[in-house]
Amino acid sequence: MNVIANTGTAFAREIMPTLRNPAGLLVMMAQPLVFLVLFGSLLTATGDESPWPWFVPGILVMMGLTGMSGAGYGLHVELLGGSLERMLVTPLSRTAMLVGRTLKEVVTLLVQAILIMVTAVPLGFRPHTAGALAGLAVIAVLGVGLGSLSFALVILTKRQPELFWGIQQVLLFPLLLLSGVLLPTDAAPGWLRALSGVNPVTYIVDAERALFAGTYATASVWYGLLAAVAIAVLGLVLGTRAMRRASL
Amino acid sequence: MIHTRRLTRHFRVKGGGTVAAVRGLDIDVEAGELVAFLGPNGAGKSTSLRMLTTLLAPTSGTATVAGCDVLADQAEVRRRIGYIGQGHGAGHHFRVRDELVTQGRCYGMSRAESRARADELLAALDLLSLAKRPAGTLSGGQRRRLDIAIGLVHRPRLLFLDEPSTGLDPQNRANLAGHIRRLREEYRTTIFFTTHYLDEADAMAERVLIIDHGQVIADGSPGQLKAGLAGDAITITVDGELDAKRAADLAGRVPSAREITTEATTVRLRVPDGEAVLPEYLRALDRAGVRARTANLTQPTLDDVFLALTGRSIRDGSPQ
Repeated sequence: MNVIANTGTAFAREIMPTLRNPAGLLVMMAQPLVFLVLFGSLLTATGDESPWPWFVPGILVMMGLTGMSGAGYGLHVELLGGSLERMLVTPLSRTAMLVGRTLKEVVTLLVQAILIMVTAVPLGFRPHTAGALAGLAVIAVLGVGLGSLSFALVILTKRQPELFWGIQQVLLFPLLLLSGVLLPTDAAPGWLRALSGVNPVTYIVDAERALFAGTYATASVWYGLLAAVAIAVLGLVLGTRAMRRASL
Repeated sequence: MIHTRRLTRHFRVKGGGTVAAVRGLDIDVEAGELVAFLGPNGAGKSTSLRMLTTLLAPTSGTATVAGCDVLADQAEVRRRIGYIGQGHGAGHHFRVRDELVTQGRCYGMSRAESRARADELLAALDLLSLAKRPAGTLSGGQRRRLDIAIGLVHRPRLLFLDEPSTGLDPQNRANLAGHIRRLREEYRTTIFFTTHYLDEADAMAERVLIIDHGQVIADGSPGQLKAGLAGDAITITVDGELDAKRAADLAGRVPSAREITTEATTVRLRVPDGEAVLPEYLRALDRAGVRARTANLTQPTLDDVFLALTGRSIRDGSPQ
Protein backbone atom coordinates (compact mmCIF):
# COMPACT_ATOMS: atom_id res chain seq x y z
CA MET A 1 0.00 0.00 0.00
CA ASN A 2 1.42 3.35 -0.83
CA VAL A 3 1.73 6.30 1.47
CA ILE A 4 -0.55 8.53 -0.59
CA ALA A 5 -3.50 6.12 -0.46
CA ASN A 6 -2.82 5.63 3.24
CA THR A 7 -2.77 9.38 3.78
CA GLY A 8 -6.17 9.52 2.07
CA THR A 9 -7.49 6.88 4.48
CA ALA A 10 -6.15 8.76 7.52
CA PHE A 11 -7.49 12.07 6.21
CA ALA A 12 -10.91 10.61 5.43
CA ARG A 13 -11.19 9.20 8.95
CA GLU A 14 -10.27 12.50 10.56
CA ILE A 15 -12.46 14.74 8.44
CA MET A 16 -15.56 12.55 8.79
CA PRO A 17 -16.74 13.83 12.22
CA THR A 18 -16.32 17.42 10.96
CA LEU A 19 -18.35 16.72 7.84
CA ARG A 20 -21.02 15.08 9.92
CA ASN A 21 -21.13 18.01 12.34
CA PRO A 22 -19.78 21.15 10.62
CA ALA A 23 -21.16 23.39 13.37
CA GLY A 24 -18.22 22.21 15.48
CA LEU A 25 -15.99 24.38 13.30
CA LEU A 26 -17.79 27.50 14.49
CA VAL A 27 -17.24 26.63 18.13
CA MET A 28 -13.50 26.44 17.46
CA MET A 29 -13.70 29.91 15.88
CA ALA A 30 -15.11 31.62 18.95
CA GLN A 31 -11.76 32.99 20.10
CA PRO A 32 -10.59 34.60 16.85
CA LEU A 33 -14.10 35.97 16.29
CA VAL A 34 -14.08 37.64 19.69
CA PHE A 35 -10.70 39.19 18.94
CA LEU A 36 -11.83 40.28 15.50
CA VAL A 37 -15.05 41.96 16.57
CA LEU A 38 -14.22 43.23 20.06
CA PHE A 39 -10.50 44.01 19.75
CA GLY A 40 -10.45 44.98 16.10
CA SER A 41 -13.35 47.39 16.50
CA LEU A 42 -11.49 48.96 19.41
CA LEU A 43 -8.62 49.68 17.06
CA THR A 44 -10.87 51.63 14.69
CA ALA A 45 -11.15 54.24 17.43
CA THR A 46 -7.38 54.71 17.75
CA GLY A 47 -6.60 56.35 14.43
CA ASP A 48 -7.88 57.69 11.16
CA GLU A 49 -6.61 54.77 9.13
CA SER A 50 -8.70 51.59 8.86
CA PRO A 51 -7.08 48.93 11.11
CA TRP A 52 -8.51 45.99 9.15
CA PRO A 53 -5.82 45.46 6.48
CA TRP A 54 -3.31 45.34 9.32
CA PHE A 55 -5.38 43.50 11.91
CA VAL A 56 -7.17 40.74 9.95
CA PRO A 57 -4.02 39.03 8.58
CA GLY A 58 -2.64 39.03 12.14
CA ILE A 59 -5.81 37.44 13.49
CA LEU A 60 -5.56 34.74 10.84
CA VAL A 61 -2.00 33.94 11.91
CA MET A 62 -3.12 33.95 15.53
CA MET A 63 -5.88 31.52 14.70
CA GLY A 64 -3.41 29.29 12.88
CA LEU A 65 -1.02 29.41 15.79
CA THR A 66 -3.51 28.66 18.58
CA GLY A 67 -5.57 26.19 16.56
CA MET A 68 -2.72 24.18 15.10
CA SER A 69 -0.57 24.11 18.21
CA GLY A 70 -3.56 22.67 20.04
CA ALA A 71 -4.33 20.21 17.25
CA GLY A 72 -2.71 17.50 19.34
CA TYR A 73 -5.72 17.55 21.65
CA GLY A 74 -7.63 15.10 19.49
CA LEU A 75 -4.63 12.80 19.21
CA HIS A 76 -4.15 12.90 22.96
CA VAL A 77 -7.74 11.82 23.52
CA GLU A 78 -7.08 8.92 21.16
CA LEU A 79 -3.81 8.05 22.86
CA LEU A 80 -5.47 7.91 26.26
CA GLY A 81 -8.57 6.14 24.99
CA GLY A 82 -6.88 3.34 23.05
CA SER A 83 -7.83 4.15 19.46
CA LEU A 84 -4.33 5.40 18.59
CA GLU A 85 -2.92 2.09 19.78
CA ARG A 86 -5.43 0.24 17.61
CA MET A 87 -4.35 2.28 14.56
CA LEU A 88 -0.66 1.69 15.30
CA VAL A 89 -1.17 -2.09 15.12
CA THR A 90 -2.69 -1.84 11.63
CA PRO A 91 -0.47 -1.79 8.53
CA LEU A 92 -1.46 1.83 7.82
CA SER A 93 1.73 3.80 7.19
CA ARG A 94 2.63 5.85 10.24
CA THR A 95 3.85 8.71 8.11
CA ALA A 96 0.42 8.71 6.49
CA MET A 97 -1.23 8.75 9.92
CA LEU A 98 0.63 11.96 10.73
CA VAL A 99 0.24 13.63 7.35
CA GLY A 100 -3.45 12.72 7.03
CA ARG A 101 -4.21 14.15 10.45
CA THR A 102 -2.23 17.30 9.76
CA LEU A 103 -3.97 17.84 6.43
CA LYS A 104 -7.36 17.55 8.08
CA GLU A 105 -6.38 20.23 10.59
CA VAL A 106 -5.09 22.46 7.77
CA VAL A 107 -8.30 22.08 5.77
CA THR A 108 -10.43 23.05 8.75
CA LEU A 109 -8.08 25.95 9.47
CA LEU A 110 -8.49 27.26 5.93
CA VAL A 111 -12.27 27.03 6.13
CA GLN A 112 -12.19 28.95 9.39
CA ALA A 113 -9.81 31.54 7.93
CA ILE A 114 -12.16 32.15 5.02
CA LEU A 115 -15.12 32.51 7.40
CA ILE A 116 -13.16 35.07 9.46
CA MET A 117 -12.33 37.04 6.32
CA VAL A 118 -15.96 37.00 5.21
CA THR A 119 -17.04 38.18 8.67
CA ALA A 120 -14.53 41.02 8.49
CA VAL A 121 -15.86 42.36 5.18
CA PRO A 122 -18.94 44.08 6.67
CA LEU A 123 -16.64 45.60 9.29
CA GLY A 124 -14.70 47.30 6.52
CA PHE A 125 -12.05 44.73 5.49
CA ARG A 126 -11.23 44.82 1.76
CA PRO A 127 -8.61 42.22 0.94
CA HIS A 128 -6.75 41.93 -2.35
CA THR A 129 -8.17 38.66 -3.76
CA ALA A 130 -5.04 37.08 -5.29
CA GLY A 131 -2.97 38.32 -2.36
CA ALA A 132 -5.43 36.86 0.13
CA LEU A 133 -5.20 33.46 -1.60
CA ALA A 134 -1.42 33.60 -1.43
CA GLY A 135 -1.72 34.58 2.21
CA LEU A 136 -3.94 31.58 2.92
CA ALA A 137 -1.39 29.35 1.23
CA VAL A 138 1.34 30.60 3.56
CA ILE A 139 -0.95 30.03 6.56
CA ALA A 140 -1.54 26.47 5.30
CA VAL A 141 2.22 25.86 5.14
CA LEU A 142 2.62 27.22 8.65
CA GLY A 143 -0.30 25.04 9.75
CA VAL A 144 1.33 21.87 8.39
CA GLY A 145 4.41 22.57 10.49
CA LEU A 146 2.63 23.54 13.69
CA GLY A 147 0.14 20.68 13.45
CA SER A 148 2.91 18.12 13.00
CA LEU A 149 4.86 19.62 15.89
CA SER A 150 1.76 19.45 18.06
CA PHE A 151 1.31 15.77 17.22
CA ALA A 152 4.98 15.10 17.91
CA LEU A 153 4.57 16.74 21.31
CA VAL A 154 1.62 14.45 22.08
CA ILE A 155 3.68 11.35 21.32
CA LEU A 156 6.52 12.77 23.39
CA THR A 157 4.38 13.58 26.44
CA LYS A 158 2.47 10.28 26.15
CA ARG A 159 0.01 9.83 28.98
CA GLN A 160 0.52 13.29 30.49
CA PRO A 161 -1.88 15.67 28.76
CA GLU A 162 -1.15 18.33 31.40
CA LEU A 163 2.49 18.33 30.31
CA PHE A 164 1.41 18.73 26.69
CA TRP A 165 -0.76 21.76 27.52
CA GLY A 166 1.92 23.23 29.75
CA ILE A 167 4.51 23.16 26.97
CA GLN A 168 2.00 24.35 24.37
CA GLN A 169 1.01 27.38 26.45
CA VAL A 170 4.59 28.26 27.39
CA LEU A 171 5.56 28.32 23.72
CA LEU A 172 2.36 29.75 22.27
CA PHE A 173 1.96 33.02 24.13
CA PRO A 174 5.48 34.42 23.75
CA LEU A 175 5.45 33.51 20.04
CA LEU A 176 2.08 35.21 19.68
CA LEU A 177 2.75 38.38 21.66
CA LEU A 178 6.23 38.87 20.23
CA SER A 179 4.98 38.58 16.66
CA GLY A 180 3.02 41.84 16.75
CA VAL A 181 -0.34 40.31 15.82
CA LEU A 182 -2.33 42.45 18.24
CA LEU A 183 -0.21 45.58 18.58
CA PRO A 184 2.77 46.78 16.54
CA THR A 185 6.16 46.18 18.14
CA ASP A 186 7.67 49.31 16.57
CA ALA A 187 7.29 51.30 19.75
CA ALA A 188 8.43 48.47 22.00
CA PRO A 189 11.60 48.61 24.15
CA GLY A 190 14.78 47.48 22.42
CA TRP A 191 15.05 44.10 24.14
CA LEU A 192 11.49 43.22 23.18
CA ARG A 193 12.08 44.26 19.59
CA ALA A 194 15.20 42.07 19.55
CA LEU A 195 13.18 39.09 20.77
CA SER A 196 10.53 39.85 18.19
CA GLY A 197 13.26 39.84 15.55
CA VAL A 198 14.22 36.24 16.30
CA ASN A 199 10.59 35.06 16.34
CA PRO A 200 9.80 33.37 13.01
CA VAL A 201 6.10 34.16 13.47
CA THR A 202 6.93 37.90 13.23
CA TYR A 203 8.08 37.39 9.64
CA ILE A 204 5.01 35.36 8.78
CA VAL A 205 2.72 38.08 10.17
CA ASP A 206 4.60 40.75 8.16
CA ALA A 207 4.35 38.62 5.02
CA GLU A 208 0.62 38.07 5.54
CA ARG A 209 0.02 41.82 5.86
CA ALA A 210 1.96 42.46 2.67
CA LEU A 211 0.18 39.68 0.76
CA PHE A 212 -3.32 40.69 1.85
CA ALA A 213 -2.51 44.21 0.62
CA GLY A 214 -1.53 42.77 -2.76
CA THR A 215 2.26 43.21 -2.61
CA TYR A 216 4.24 40.09 -3.46
CA ALA A 217 7.87 40.53 -4.40
CA THR A 218 9.02 42.23 -1.23
CA ALA A 219 11.68 40.96 1.15
CA SER A 220 9.16 40.55 3.99
CA VAL A 221 7.07 38.18 1.84
CA TRP A 222 10.10 36.04 1.12
CA TYR A 223 11.21 36.00 4.74
CA GLY A 224 7.72 35.02 5.83
CA LEU A 225 7.49 32.25 3.29
CA LEU A 226 10.92 31.00 4.30
CA ALA A 227 9.91 30.97 7.98
CA ALA A 228 6.70 29.07 7.19
CA VAL A 229 8.50 26.50 5.05
CA ALA A 230 11.19 26.05 7.70
CA ILE A 231 8.54 25.40 10.38
CA ALA A 232 6.75 22.98 8.04
CA VAL A 233 9.91 21.00 7.30
CA LEU A 234 10.89 20.89 10.97
CA GLY A 235 7.38 19.81 11.93
CA LEU A 236 7.13 17.06 9.31
CA VAL A 237 10.56 15.66 10.19
CA LEU A 238 9.93 15.61 13.94
CA GLY A 239 6.31 14.54 13.55
CA THR A 240 6.92 11.56 11.28
CA ARG A 241 9.87 10.50 13.39
CA ALA A 242 7.77 10.61 16.57
CA MET A 243 4.91 8.73 14.95
CA ARG A 244 7.15 6.03 13.48
CA ARG A 245 8.80 5.41 16.83
CA ALA A 246 5.60 5.73 18.84
CA SER A 247 5.21 2.83 21.21
CA LEU A 248 2.99 4.65 23.74
CA MET B 1 1.98 -19.10 15.17
CA ILE B 2 3.97 -17.53 17.98
CA HIS B 3 7.55 -18.44 18.73
CA THR B 4 9.72 -16.40 21.06
CA ARG B 5 13.27 -17.06 22.15
CA ARG B 6 14.75 -15.30 25.18
CA LEU B 7 12.45 -12.37 24.51
CA THR B 8 13.38 -9.61 26.94
CA ARG B 9 12.35 -6.05 27.59
CA HIS B 10 13.97 -3.63 29.99
CA PHE B 11 12.60 -0.27 30.99
CA ARG B 12 14.61 2.62 32.27
CA VAL B 13 13.36 3.81 35.62
CA LYS B 14 13.59 7.19 37.29
CA GLY B 15 16.86 7.76 39.06
CA GLY B 16 18.81 5.64 36.59
CA GLY B 17 19.00 1.89 36.29
CA THR B 18 16.76 -0.48 34.42
CA VAL B 19 14.06 -2.89 35.38
CA ALA B 20 13.33 -6.05 33.42
CA ALA B 21 9.60 -6.28 32.70
CA VAL B 22 10.01 -9.42 30.62
CA ARG B 23 13.01 -11.71 30.97
CA GLY B 24 13.93 -14.43 28.55
CA LEU B 25 10.47 -15.44 27.42
CA ASP B 26 10.32 -18.73 25.44
CA ILE B 27 6.83 -19.33 24.09
CA ASP B 28 5.57 -21.64 21.35
CA VAL B 29 1.94 -21.41 20.31
CA GLU B 30 0.71 -23.46 17.37
CA ALA B 31 -2.06 -22.58 14.92
CA GLY B 32 -5.54 -23.05 16.34
CA GLU B 33 -4.60 -22.89 20.00
CA LEU B 34 -6.57 -20.87 22.55
CA VAL B 35 -4.05 -19.66 25.09
CA ALA B 36 -4.45 -17.59 28.23
CA PHE B 37 -1.50 -15.61 29.49
CA LEU B 38 -2.20 -15.43 33.21
CA GLY B 39 -0.37 -13.48 35.86
CA PRO B 40 -0.77 -10.80 38.50
CA ASN B 41 -0.71 -7.12 37.62
CA GLY B 42 2.80 -6.06 36.73
CA ALA B 43 3.95 -9.57 35.84
CA GLY B 44 4.88 -8.57 32.28
CA LYS B 45 1.79 -9.71 30.40
CA SER B 46 1.03 -6.50 28.57
CA THR B 47 4.68 -5.78 27.84
CA SER B 48 4.99 -9.23 26.25
CA LEU B 49 1.84 -8.68 24.23
CA ARG B 50 3.02 -5.28 23.04
CA MET B 51 6.25 -6.83 21.79
CA LEU B 52 4.34 -9.58 19.98
CA THR B 53 2.07 -7.01 18.30
CA THR B 54 4.94 -4.68 17.17
CA LEU B 55 3.90 -1.91 19.56
CA LEU B 56 7.13 -2.18 21.50
CA ALA B 57 10.60 -3.23 20.37
CA PRO B 58 12.25 -6.01 22.41
CA THR B 59 15.48 -5.16 24.24
CA SER B 60 16.85 -8.55 23.21
CA GLY B 61 15.70 -11.95 22.01
CA THR B 62 13.52 -12.80 19.04
CA ALA B 63 9.84 -13.24 18.33
CA THR B 64 8.23 -14.72 15.23
CA VAL B 65 4.53 -14.00 14.98
CA ALA B 66 2.32 -15.45 12.24
CA GLY B 67 5.48 -16.45 10.40
CA CYS B 68 7.20 -13.05 10.47
CA ASP B 69 9.85 -11.50 12.65
CA VAL B 70 8.41 -8.70 14.81
CA LEU B 71 11.42 -6.46 14.20
CA ALA B 72 12.52 -7.28 10.65
CA ASP B 73 9.05 -7.55 9.15
CA GLN B 74 6.80 -5.32 11.23
CA ALA B 75 4.48 -4.42 8.37
CA GLU B 76 3.71 -8.05 7.54
CA VAL B 77 3.12 -8.96 11.19
CA ARG B 78 0.65 -6.07 11.41
CA ARG B 79 -1.12 -7.26 8.29
CA ARG B 80 -1.55 -10.78 9.65
CA ILE B 81 -2.57 -10.27 13.26
CA GLY B 82 -5.54 -8.77 14.99
CA TYR B 83 -5.23 -6.91 18.26
CA ILE B 84 -7.84 -5.89 20.80
CA GLY B 85 -6.16 -3.72 23.40
CA GLN B 86 -7.06 -2.77 26.94
CA GLY B 87 -8.48 0.56 25.85
CA HIS B 88 -11.22 1.25 23.36
CA GLY B 89 -10.40 0.78 19.70
CA ALA B 90 -12.91 3.28 18.42
CA GLY B 91 -12.24 7.00 18.78
CA HIS B 92 -14.59 8.89 21.06
CA HIS B 93 -15.95 11.29 18.42
CA PHE B 94 -16.17 8.82 15.57
CA ARG B 95 -19.30 7.04 14.53
CA VAL B 96 -19.44 3.30 15.10
CA ARG B 97 -19.85 2.34 11.45
CA ASP B 98 -17.27 4.91 10.26
CA GLU B 99 -14.63 3.37 12.49
CA LEU B 100 -15.34 -0.10 11.15
CA VAL B 101 -15.09 1.15 7.57
CA THR B 102 -11.84 2.99 8.36
CA GLN B 103 -10.41 -0.19 9.84
CA GLY B 104 -11.05 -2.07 6.61
CA ARG B 105 -9.37 0.74 4.67
CA CYS B 106 -6.36 0.53 7.01
CA TYR B 107 -5.92 -3.08 5.89
CA GLY B 108 -6.12 -2.15 2.23
CA MET B 109 -9.70 -3.27 1.61
CA SER B 110 -11.63 -1.37 -1.05
CA ARG B 111 -14.32 1.10 -0.03
CA ALA B 112 -17.13 -1.24 -1.05
CA GLU B 113 -15.50 -4.21 0.63
CA SER B 114 -14.91 -2.22 3.84
CA ARG B 115 -18.55 -1.11 3.95
CA ALA B 116 -19.86 -4.62 3.35
CA ARG B 117 -17.60 -6.02 6.04
CA ALA B 118 -18.63 -3.25 8.47
CA ASP B 119 -22.31 -4.09 7.99
CA GLU B 120 -21.61 -7.79 8.41
CA LEU B 121 -19.86 -7.19 11.73
CA LEU B 122 -22.47 -4.70 12.96
CA ALA B 123 -25.04 -7.46 12.51
CA ALA B 124 -22.85 -10.22 13.97
CA LEU B 125 -22.05 -8.25 17.12
CA ASP B 126 -25.51 -6.82 17.58
CA LEU B 127 -24.43 -3.24 16.91
CA LEU B 128 -26.73 -2.36 14.01
CA SER B 129 -28.90 0.01 16.03
CA LEU B 130 -25.78 1.87 17.19
CA ALA B 131 -24.15 2.26 13.77
CA LYS B 132 -24.62 6.03 13.59
CA ARG B 133 -23.83 6.82 17.20
CA PRO B 134 -20.48 8.36 18.19
CA ALA B 135 -18.50 5.58 19.86
CA GLY B 136 -18.09 7.67 23.02
CA THR B 137 -21.82 7.50 23.73
CA LEU B 138 -21.92 3.69 23.93
CA SER B 139 -22.15 1.73 27.19
CA GLY B 140 -19.17 -0.30 28.41
CA GLY B 141 -20.48 -3.60 27.06
CA GLN B 142 -21.44 -2.05 23.71
CA ARG B 143 -17.99 -0.48 23.34
CA ARG B 144 -16.33 -3.80 24.06
CA ARG B 145 -18.43 -5.46 21.34
CA LEU B 146 -17.34 -2.69 19.00
CA ASP B 147 -13.70 -3.28 19.98
CA ILE B 148 -14.11 -6.93 19.02
CA ALA B 149 -15.78 -6.00 15.74
CA ILE B 150 -12.90 -3.64 14.90
CA GLY B 151 -10.35 -6.33 15.73
CA LEU B 152 -12.06 -8.80 13.39
CA VAL B 153 -12.52 -6.58 10.32
CA HIS B 154 -9.64 -8.14 8.36
CA ARG B 155 -10.39 -11.70 9.52
CA PRO B 156 -7.04 -12.27 11.26
CA ARG B 157 -5.81 -15.85 11.66
CA LEU B 158 -4.21 -14.84 14.95
CA LEU B 159 -5.95 -12.60 17.46
CA PHE B 160 -4.39 -10.99 20.51
CA LEU B 161 -6.57 -9.67 23.32
CA ASP B 162 -5.17 -7.69 26.23
CA GLU B 163 -7.26 -8.09 29.39
CA PRO B 164 -10.43 -8.40 27.32
CA SER B 165 -12.94 -8.56 30.16
CA THR B 166 -11.56 -5.90 32.50
CA GLY B 167 -14.33 -3.59 33.61
CA LEU B 168 -17.14 -5.73 32.23
CA ASP B 169 -20.06 -6.98 34.30
CA PRO B 170 -20.62 -10.76 34.53
CA GLN B 171 -23.21 -10.78 31.77
CA ASN B 172 -20.93 -8.96 29.33
CA ARG B 173 -18.02 -11.17 30.32
CA ALA B 174 -20.06 -14.24 29.47
CA ASN B 175 -21.08 -12.60 26.21
CA LEU B 176 -17.44 -11.88 25.36
CA ALA B 177 -16.40 -15.43 26.17
CA GLY B 178 -19.12 -16.65 23.82
CA HIS B 179 -17.79 -14.51 20.96
CA ILE B 180 -14.27 -15.75 21.49
CA ARG B 181 -15.35 -19.38 21.53
CA ARG B 182 -17.36 -18.89 18.35
CA LEU B 183 -14.34 -17.41 16.61
CA ARG B 184 -12.36 -20.47 17.47
CA GLU B 185 -15.05 -22.91 16.44
CA GLU B 186 -16.09 -21.23 13.22
CA TYR B 187 -12.80 -19.89 11.88
CA ARG B 188 -10.13 -21.83 13.77
CA THR B 189 -8.63 -18.49 14.79
CA THR B 190 -5.58 -18.77 17.01
CA ILE B 191 -6.30 -16.75 20.15
CA PHE B 192 -3.85 -15.43 22.69
CA PHE B 193 -5.26 -13.38 25.54
CA THR B 194 -3.88 -11.95 28.75
CA THR B 195 -5.87 -11.99 31.93
CA HIS B 196 -5.51 -11.71 35.66
CA TYR B 197 -8.88 -13.35 36.23
CA LEU B 198 -8.28 -16.94 37.29
CA ASP B 199 -11.78 -18.14 36.53
CA GLU B 200 -11.61 -16.66 33.06
CA ALA B 201 -8.37 -18.43 32.20
CA ASP B 202 -9.78 -21.60 33.70
CA ALA B 203 -13.09 -21.48 31.85
CA MET B 204 -11.95 -20.26 28.45
CA ALA B 205 -8.43 -21.38 27.70
CA GLU B 206 -7.28 -24.78 26.59
CA ARG B 207 -3.80 -23.84 27.61
CA VAL B 208 -2.60 -21.50 30.30
CA LEU B 209 0.80 -19.87 30.49
CA ILE B 210 1.42 -18.49 33.95
CA ILE B 211 3.78 -15.53 34.05
CA ASP B 212 5.38 -13.99 37.09
CA HIS B 213 8.22 -11.46 37.35
CA GLY B 214 8.54 -11.49 33.57
CA GLN B 215 9.04 -15.23 33.23
CA VAL B 216 6.79 -18.14 32.33
CA ILE B 217 6.58 -20.34 35.42
CA ALA B 218 3.98 -22.87 34.27
CA ASP B 219 2.50 -24.07 30.99
CA GLY B 220 -0.31 -26.55 30.48
CA SER B 221 -4.05 -27.08 30.32
CA PRO B 222 -5.91 -25.81 33.40
CA GLY B 223 -6.58 -29.43 34.37
CA GLN B 224 -2.95 -30.47 34.01
CA LEU B 225 -1.69 -27.51 35.98
CA LYS B 226 -4.09 -28.15 38.81
CA ALA B 227 -3.47 -31.86 38.92
CA GLY B 228 0.28 -31.61 38.63
CA LEU B 229 0.95 -28.79 40.99
CA ALA B 230 -1.73 -28.73 43.59
CA GLY B 231 -4.06 -31.71 43.43
CA ASP B 232 -7.53 -32.12 44.89
CA ALA B 233 -8.08 -31.91 48.63
CA ILE B 234 -10.19 -34.61 50.30
CA THR B 235 -11.44 -33.95 53.80
CA ILE B 236 -13.45 -36.47 55.83
CA THR B 237 -14.63 -36.47 59.41
CA VAL B 238 -15.17 -39.63 61.43
CA ASP B 239 -16.62 -40.51 64.87
CA GLY B 240 -13.54 -40.66 67.06
CA GLU B 241 -9.81 -40.15 67.14
CA LEU B 242 -9.22 -43.90 66.87
CA ASP B 243 -11.26 -44.03 63.68
CA ALA B 244 -9.37 -40.98 62.43
CA LYS B 245 -6.09 -42.81 62.88
CA ARG B 246 -7.44 -45.84 61.03
CA ALA B 247 -8.78 -43.61 58.26
CA ALA B 248 -5.36 -41.98 57.92
CA ASP B 249 -3.73 -45.41 57.65
CA LEU B 250 -6.16 -46.35 54.91
CA ALA B 251 -5.44 -43.06 53.15
CA GLY B 252 -1.78 -44.02 53.19
CA ARG B 253 -2.64 -47.01 51.05
CA VAL B 254 -4.05 -44.84 48.25
CA PRO B 255 -1.06 -44.83 45.89
CA SER B 256 -1.37 -41.20 44.77
CA ALA B 257 -2.19 -39.69 48.18
CA ARG B 258 0.06 -36.96 49.55
CA GLU B 259 0.07 -34.62 52.52
CA ILE B 260 -2.07 -36.84 54.78
CA THR B 261 -2.85 -35.01 58.01
CA THR B 262 -5.04 -35.87 60.98
CA GLU B 263 -6.53 -33.35 63.36
CA ALA B 264 -8.86 -34.68 66.04
CA THR B 265 -11.62 -36.44 64.04
CA THR B 266 -10.70 -34.86 60.69
CA VAL B 267 -8.46 -36.43 58.06
CA ARG B 268 -7.11 -34.53 55.06
CA LEU B 269 -5.23 -35.77 52.03
CA ARG B 270 -4.29 -34.55 48.58
CA VAL B 271 -4.63 -36.59 45.40
CA PRO B 272 -4.34 -35.62 41.73
CA ASP B 273 -7.67 -37.25 40.76
CA GLY B 274 -9.98 -36.68 43.67
CA GLU B 275 -13.20 -37.49 41.85
CA ALA B 276 -12.00 -41.06 41.24
CA VAL B 277 -10.26 -41.54 44.56
CA LEU B 278 -13.03 -40.32 46.88
CA PRO B 279 -15.59 -43.13 46.19
CA GLU B 280 -12.82 -45.75 46.36
CA TYR B 281 -11.61 -44.35 49.63
CA LEU B 282 -15.11 -44.26 51.13
CA ARG B 283 -15.65 -47.89 50.18
CA ALA B 284 -12.34 -48.83 51.80
CA LEU B 285 -13.41 -47.04 54.99
CA ASP B 286 -16.74 -48.93 54.94
CA ARG B 287 -14.97 -52.25 54.56
CA ALA B 288 -12.75 -51.42 57.54
CA GLY B 289 -15.80 -50.50 59.60
CA VAL B 290 -14.94 -46.80 59.80
CA ARG B 291 -17.99 -44.61 59.41
CA ALA B 292 -17.41 -41.39 57.51
CA ARG B 293 -19.60 -38.60 58.87
CA THR B 294 -18.83 -36.05 56.17
CA ALA B 295 -16.78 -36.16 53.00
CA ASN B 296 -15.62 -33.13 51.08
CA LEU B 297 -13.73 -32.81 47.85
CA THR B 298 -12.16 -29.45 46.99
CA GLN B 299 -10.75 -29.07 43.53
CA PRO B 300 -7.95 -26.55 43.29
CA THR B 301 -8.20 -23.29 41.43
CA LEU B 302 -5.48 -21.76 39.32
CA ASP B 303 -4.85 -19.52 42.32
CA ASP B 304 -3.81 -22.63 44.27
CA VAL B 305 -1.46 -23.42 41.39
CA PHE B 306 -0.01 -19.92 41.52
CA LEU B 307 0.29 -20.17 45.29
CA ALA B 308 2.05 -23.52 45.05
CA LEU B 309 4.50 -22.05 42.52
CA THR B 310 5.25 -18.68 44.06
CA GLY B 311 4.08 -18.75 47.65
CA ARG B 312 1.83 -15.78 46.88
CA SER B 313 -1.76 -15.42 45.87
CA ILE B 314 -2.34 -13.99 42.42
CA ARG B 315 -4.75 -11.53 43.99
CA ASP B 316 -2.07 -10.01 46.21
CA GLY B 317 -1.46 -7.51 43.46
CA SER B 318 1.71 -6.48 41.78
CA PRO B 319 4.86 -8.38 42.67
CA GLN B 320 7.75 -6.36 43.99
